[in-house]
Amino acid sequence: MKRLRLATIWLDGCSGCHMSFLDMDELLLELAPRLELAYSPLVDRKEFPEQVDLALLEGAVSTPEDEAKARLVRARSHLVVALGDCACNGNLPAMRNRLDNAELLDLVYRQQAEGEAGPPTRNVPPLLPHSLPLHRVIDVDLFLPGCPPPAAAIVRALTAVLEGRELSELPTLKFG
Amino acid sequence: MTPEELQRIAAEELQARQHARHRIGVCTASGCLSCGSREVLTAIKQEAADKPEMNLRVEGVGCMGLCSRGPLVWVQTNPPPTETSTAASADASPTASAPNLPDASPDDSADITTDASSDRPTGASARAESALLYKQLTPDDAPTLIATLAAAPASPTAAAAPPATTAEQTSAQDSTQTSAQAPATGDHPLAQKICDPAMPFFKRQVKVVLDQFENIDPERLESYLAADGYLALLDCLHHRRPPEIIDEITRSGLRGRGGGGYPTGLKWSTVAKASAFVPQAGQGHAGSGRQSAGEAERPDGPRKYVICNADEGDPGAFMDRSVLESAPHRVLEGMAIAAYAVGADFGYIYVRAEYPLAVERLRKAIGQAEKQGLLGRNIGGSDFNFQVEIRLGAGAFVCGEETALLASIEGRRGQPRPRPPYPAEHGLWGCPTLINNVETFANVAAIINRGADWFASLGTDKSKGTKVFALAGKVANTGLIEVPMGISLTEIVNEMGGGTPDEAGGAIKAVQTGGPSGGCIPAAHFNLPVDYESLQAEGSIMGSGGMIIMDDTAAMVDVARFFMEFCVEESCGKCTPCRVGTKQVLLLLEKIGRGEGRPADLTQLEELCHLLQQTSLCGLGQSAANPVLSTLRFFRREYVELLAGEEEA
Amino acid sequence: MSGGRVITLQIDGRDCGAREEQTILEVARENGIYIPTLCHLNGLHPVGGCRICLVEIAGAPRPLPACVTHPVEGMQVTTDNPELRRQRRLILELMLAEGNHICAVCVVNGHCELQELALQLGVDHLEVPALYPSREVDASHPRFGLDRNRCVLCTRCVRVCGEIEGAHTWDVMGRGLQAMVISDLNQPWGEAESCTGCGKCVQVCPTGALFEKGKSAGEMVKRHLHLPLLTAMRREEEAGE
Repeated sequence: MKRLRLATIWLDGCSGCHMSFLDMDELLLELAPRLELAYSPLVDRKEFPEQVDLALLEGAVSTPEDEAKARLVRARSHLVVALGDCACNGNLPAMRNRLDNAELLDLVYRQQAEGEAGPPTRNVPPLLPHSLPLHRVIDVDLFLPGCPPPAAAIVRALTAVLEGRELSELPTLKFG
Repeated sequence: MTPEELQRIAAEELQARQHARHRIGVCTASGCLSCGSREVLTAIKQEAADKPEMNLRVEGVGCMGLCSRGPLVWVQTNPPPTETSTAASADASPTASAPNLPDASPDDSADITTDASSDRPTGASARAESALLYKQLTPDDAPTLIATLAAAPASPTAAAAPPATTAEQTSAQDSTQTSAQAPATGDHPLAQKICDPAMPFFKRQVKVVLDQFENIDPERLESYLAADGYLALLDCLHHRRPPEIIDEITRSGLRGRGGGGYPTGLKWSTVAKASAFVPQAGQGHAGSGRQSAGEAERPDGPRKYVICNADEGDPGAFMDRSVLESAPHRVLEGMAIAAYAVGADFGYIYVRAEYPLAVERLRKAIGQAEKQGLLGRNIGGSDFNFQVEIRLGAGAFVCGEETALLASIEGRRGQPRPRPPYPAEHGLWGCPTLINNVETFANVAAIINRGADWFASLGTDKSKGTKVFALAGKVANTGLIEVPMGISLTEIVNEMGGGTPDEAGGAIKAVQTGGPSGGCIPAAHFNLPVDYESLQAEGSIMGSGGMIIMDDTAAMVDVARFFMEFCVEESCGKCTPCRVGTKQVLLLLEKIGRGEGRPADLTQLEELCHLLQQTSLCGLGQSAANPVLSTLRFFRREYVELLAGEEEA
Repeated sequence: MSGGRVITLQIDGRDCGAREEQTILEVARENGIYIPTLCHLNGLHPVGGCRICLVEIAGAPRPLPACVTHPVEGMQVTTDNPELRRQRRLILELMLAEGNHICAVCVVNGHCELQELALQLGVDHLEVPALYPSREVDASHPRFGLDRNRCVLCTRCVRVCGEIEGAHTWDVMGRGLQAMVISDLNQPWGEAESCTGCGKCVQVCPTGALFEKGKSAGEMVKRHLHLPLLTAMRREEEAGE
């Protein structure tokens, strides 16, 4: 049997959703033979593969880098799942949206900072004007909300895909 | 005041008018005041005072409609008292006065009545003989104007001859200009400023609500009495029982002029049948339920109320303002008749504070009517009592919605509540309450005076009578008109409105009716008869009477956005769909306007619009989507053309 | 509460008996038929503002809120169908988009009626863009706090304060999206002289907008089941006078 090529992607989030993924515990062992983890922060591969069957994206889209990555994932994935509240609704990253970026950086790196002042200038990507939920940038096939989404929700989604069932009929297990 | 006294005062007033050699009327409604009619009136009065031998009678009068050409002034020369009316133009120009009476008027035939004891003195045609209507007069024109009267006492009537030459001038495009070039007025020093009385703008009108505004000094009760004022009220009090009055109104087919079009007679009979109720201090949690000082003086007991909704708020609409500023007594009389018919003894006029002149004139009118026993206790010697107070709106559009209006009068936050119960049953402080619009009340006296059959003969099968519209936007003649229901949009826009103004020259594209609750009707549908049902079928509404005409420079997505901005601003915030939904619709319209919209946005736009229509609490939210839905219906291409191309990264 | 005429209506095809002064919501609940609600709370005057409890009534041009609509003989009510579900869900999305409803950092996470409703109605993301408001937080009261960014303007606090506590500390100021609950004449809550500090407003608030200071998310459970008892007791007392 052909194994499902799975990718997990970490955008602007805390990696809690990936922890939830690992929280599938022994079920991971059951699923493992039917999955091929083609790309993930949990594995070593640096380039996103040409073709995957299912991509789980964690995190909001907060930088041009996030945006480019989300578009690349969409283009190369058959199904895209928004994993967790940041990807579904913006969640914590989007709390900055009421401020403009200059205000935000000043608040965080000057007004509330101790020691040396000023926002970092090297090795960090610039910010998009707003932190956006995934579906504001690309089409999303399934939303798994929750902070974090329960492992059971991830299991259900994976099983449904493996069994070729309709994703839109999955019940929501958690909100927020 | 008894009917006899009323007749006497009216007759005296008419006689005084007749005794003047020349009568001059200067519009003192807001439109003309804003372009200086007060100064013009002062200047003319000064001239008249300087020349007492000319026997001039100068009056401030009500709105004459052609607001864009203000200040408007009419001049009429009376025939010498000893002669009979022989003015050459008398039959040539029956409509030489600016506005004319409805053709259906039963007393059309009445000529100037100099006989003071006449049963029905009518000032209606008093000016129809030989009046000239001047537009855009300045105070500097006053001496010239008076000089023309002094120089040629008999000639002004000759100058009024153009009607004879205007038969071929029906293309209204430039009628005021052409009239100025008419030979008869060629050497008149103010020829450029004389309006052509044959303009369709005037000739097409049928006046019931605006009837005689040009003759009525809004600040003098006598002036209104001379226009058959309060005749209907006294007739009702002395000769008719309440059910007969309600029957008359019902048979007339009058429908609510505030926009809803609910049958007025039915509403009256519902309130009449409801049992009076002891006012309840405050409903539910919020509200002190404090009643007005005037009311507190009266003994507690079961009550009903009559309320006049004068919270006119549609952008571009000023019908109610003009009525209140021109003939406040006509509204008071209508309210009093209604109160007598439904069994109420207290009334409120809820008028927006942004109409200071209307408020001032209403106050004055209430004072005059109380002094003459036409309001207050034992009206006209009968045992009917009716007291009226004014309540000022604080600038919230939603307070025009009747339940929000009630809350506001009760001293609570002005937001609507779900209906039923309807105010007719459970209104102000829980009492049965009749709420009608200004224009509705202004129709009442005429229906009583002339009869339901006369009224029902005007208009269409389901929409009887006339409707006042405020023409605004890209037409040559903007201002106030009153037309029979069923007239076509093209008659209003192209003929009366005179098409696009000269300088623009673009084609007329659409007309927006009903303000933020209405829709846009494209020029291709201008043969549509203007009545409640027809407009609704086209996705718009009659509304209170605002009509904004747009030419081909108007971008319909922008038009929709403008009205949605208004609704976002004016939503009271009580129900979720209206509070947040209007904002989301606005965001989508802005996005599409910026050229960033996607096909999916159009789908979402429609879905949100339907949500607003279906799930909002009150009329504001339910109709807020109309401007969007109607532009989507008739101008969808403009939306689609703005959508961003499907670029893919 | 008696004296009204008894009538029969159909809710979701089931015959139900009702007194005419009852609401459709009350009758439905008596018959075990669930209608989602938000601004409604047993014991408070219904206002019909949130529009979550909309039901379809045969012959009515648009759905009506069950909490303020009274039954009529022979009325046919539908409480659930795809169209109603879609409308309720969209209304809830509008509400979620209006405020800052970030459950992860909210003190009532896990005990929130709005959150529960979202789960029930199957909201997993917002179709409409969030508005990210920046409304004032009032932390001036020694025991309670108010975060207006989490407020859904259900006005339960306004009603419980006026109708049950009798203090009328709370009311609503402003229009549309600017509407907000205020204490006294827009004084800081801590300085509102009419406030008795009873905390009923906090207990009836369906979200984390009103909360008790010093409580962790796990502890911040709202208690408002006693409200109908309070109103019933008051009614009896008034009747006894």
